[in-house]
Amino acid sequence: MRKGLSDDDGPDIGKYTLDAEKHDAKDLAEIEDKYKQAFLDVGYDPEGAERSGSFLQVDHSVLCSKVMQEGVEIMSTTDALGKYSWLSDYWWHAVAPGKDVYTQQVDRKQTHGYFLRTLPGVKTTYPLQSCLFTGQEGLSQNVHNIVIAEEGSELHIITGCSVAEKVQSALHLGVSEFYVKKNAKITFTMIHNWAPEVEVRPRSGIIVEENGVFIGNYVSLNPVKDLQMYPVTYCGKNARATSQSIIYASKDSKIDIGSKMVLQGENSRAEVISRTVATDQADVTARGFLIGSAPNVKAHLECTGLMLSDTARIYSVPELEATVKDAELSHEAAVGRISEEEIAYLTARGLSEEEAAGAIVRGFLNVDIKGLPAALGAQVRQMIRMSAEVL
Amino acid sequence: MLEIKSLNLEVDGRPVLKDLNLTIKEGESHVLLGPNGSGKTSLLLGILGFPKYKVTGGSIIFKGKDITDLSTAERVKLGMGIAFQHPPVIRGIKLGEMVNLCKGDTSQQINQQTRTLAKKLHFSDEFLERDVNAGFSGGEIKRSEIMQLMAQDPDFVMLDEPDSGVDIENMELIGDMIGELLHRRIRPSKRTASGLIITHLATITDYIEVDWAHVMLNGMIACSGNPDRIISEVMKGGYEKCVRDCQMTMDRI
Repeated sequence: MRKGLSDDDGPDIGKYTLDAEKHDAKDLAEIEDKYKQAFLDVGYDPEGAERSGSFLQVDHSVLCSKVMQEGVEIMSTTDALGKYSWLSDYWWHAVAPGKDVYTQQVDRKQTHGYFLRTLPGVKTTYPLQSCLFTGQEGLSQNVHNIVIAEEGSELHIITGCSVAEKVQSALHLGVSEFYVKKNAKITFTMIHNWAPEVEVRPRSGIIVEENGVFIGNYVSLNPVKDLQMYPVTYCGKNARATSQSIIYASKDSKIDIGSKMVLQGENSRAEVISRTVATDQADVTARGFLIGSAPNVKAHLECTGLMLSDTARIYSVPELEATVKDAELSHEAAVGRISEEEIAYLTARGLSEEEAAGAIVRGFLNVDIKGLPAALGAQVRQMIRMSAEVL
Repeated sequence: MLEIKSLNLEVDGRPVLKDLNLTIKEGESHVLLGPNGSGKTSLLLGILGFPKYKVTGGSIIFKGKDITDLSTAERVKLGMGIAFQHPPVIRGIKLGEMVNLCKGDTSQQINQQTRTLAKKLHFSDEFLERDVNAGFSGGEIKRSEIMQLMAQDPDFVMLDEPDSGVDIENMELIGDMIGELLHRRIRPSKRTASGLIITHLATITDYIEVDWAHVMLNGMIACSGNPDRIISEVMKGGYEKCVRDCQMTMDRI
């Protein structure tokens, strides 16, 4: 399906261990203190201020699943499977277990993951936060996450994945299945902060029912060895879905990222926006695939890349497929360099050429993140700013 | 303030200024008239030191210092500022942040001082949140450029066509603000800011008085003198006739 690349290609699972050191929940305070900055950098605030709940998993141990608002559920998926027999209806329903070697591995050797749910009609006052963190060298973390917004509910999530500073090499496999019920809304902002030898294979499926809204934001600004993800969103009748990604690929990063929107319900809408900066020897593939298969669907894809070096590469692959006569699908894709005119403009205000280039790159990545509650949006923007500050 | 001596300037290997001389003293404001393509904007960008504008001969002295080899940023730090005619859009950088940058402040927070300045230029707080120049109207671009200059508060102000495509209402405000930037509202002996204004139709001179006018033709300053006389001759007979008359006068002297 995706030319020249099988989803099985990539990290060698056998290279990584599943033998994780156990962490005890009573050491939570100590662990939070030790990794405080790393947690904060991916949006996880150990204090939990202005959060409706928290989930923290370090290596293979779930250390915190705390609910701060009624009508919200947070627990490990392992606990959720024990608690709710009906969960089998959602388990491997949006992602196929046999999709590739990585989903198979998560199916066989799952190491927890989060279960987040809002009950019907409940709206989260503050976002829920979660963090999946690897602190052990050479470990494979194989999480399976389930997120459900029941009918008429609204669920805002900020989630971060990161590794400890001392960790050089690790594997993160993450299956995530999202269910947006009728008239419900999920916003999901994911911040990745990897290291140059870490390999990552997220596998996500999102099912948006009638009148549902899903907004996914993805931010990755640090080097990573090999990351490939291609979340698929299925839009029901009148559903709305947005996917935005902000990527700064540096050093020897190899990133293949895209979003597929399947508009299978009539009158559904989707939008895919990606901003990619490639520098050093980074290799980025930015994909987007819109499929219109129901009457009156409309979707747009906008994929912009900025090249900062002669040894980097951006490969942009926009695809459209319509199978009904009144589907409206469009795309814009552009790859370019920093404009000299913009640099000159900023130098005329007193910036040096280097400062001007930095400001332009930061501006390029400073996408207005749509659909988030104001406070969360401001927070995410601030985090992107701070991460981009060191670029 | 500024002394340009036999300046030769090239853009992409093409000569645009030939042996140009110009002196602007402290407290003086000059206007530069001339047809399209005569080299007016090239002169401003050459004074500012944009890399594309290469000096092949002569020198530029600013505040007694030879700046011919300095970068744009260094020249700006010495006290130059410019309002562009067609500034580029920069995505993700808000107008308010640009105003901060002009003050040498790299923060993104828009403070009260910036909001007060914006109000003076008839901009709302929301307008400061817009990406700089993105979808700005002609008048908004002029006001935004002048606002940035006011934040910068340079001693030497260059304005590229501040009066082109501006409606009457905006023109009065722009004239007022330029008057303030160039110290036109205070006694000549107290003025320390100097200016060089490019103007096509000299509209700006209906709003502020200037000390000198020059006409540029084919990369040279062909005629200089009293602004009232030069502007009225240009308006009557065009640039070339003004230059011919002017050269005859100079020949007689």
